[in-house]
Amino acid sequence: MAAPLPLGGGAPPPQPGPLGPPQLDYPPPGTALVEELDKKLLIQLRDGRKIIGVLRSFDQFANLVLEEAVERIIVGARYSDVPLGMYLLRGENLVLMGQLDPNHEAPPGMEAVSEAAIREALRAEREEARIKGTMRGRFDFLELE
Amino acid sequence: MLFYSYFKTLVGKEVTVELKNDLAITGVLHSVDQYLNIKLTSTRVVDEAKYPHMMSVRNCFIRGSVVRYVHLPPGSVDVEILHDATRREAKGG
Repeated sequence: MAAPLPLGGGAPPPQPGPLGPPQLDYPPPGTALVEELDKKLLIQLRDGRKIIGVLRSFDQFANLVLEEAVERIIVGARYSDVPLGMYLLRGENLVLMGQLDPNHEAPPGMEAVSEAAIREALRAEREEARIKGTMRGRFDFLELE
Repeated sequence: MLFYSYFKTLVGKEVTVELKNDLAITGVLHSVDQYLNIKLTSTRVVDEAKYPHMMSVRNCFIRGSVVRYVHLPPGSVDVEILHDATRREAKGG
């Protein structure tokens, strides 16, 4: 029998207890989100979207159930929260989730606008990017870096 | 389980976690689990102007699968101990 890892705080391998399941000195896998239950969280997805909602359930893959979920769309210094309702999020799409400061829930210095306004702003931004792209394409022969 | 054990020794230290989407977050390591999911407290985003939505977030949970690097505090890595532990684990100890 080898000695436990010398790293401080390292868990020794679980020993089978006399009554069945091994005794673990670390929390069972996938329970790290218990502290976040019933809290309002901001969730960043892999595609860049931001979802805000109250965490109601989760599992070891970080699949989540969010109540009163909204998608926060930010364009420049304006943002809008688009209601989504009850949402089940597949864990693989989650990048990070953070507790929102209840006093400063909105991004500081940002203006809240309607969903229609933010969609229009998003469209304008994409159009601008597209035009920039085509201009760049036309001047490609100049070999700008 | 070696890196899980190793990360547990870093709890309470300040680390910077760089994600696969290039977002880098500095914070105090609060906990880590078997999947190397990481929880940070007192977080701040390295390029805050680019990620304004993160300004109202002070602690966060990061899914292990999206982490690219963890920048460790200098002096917190005892290479000798890691080395020994690696050998022992490779032997199946």
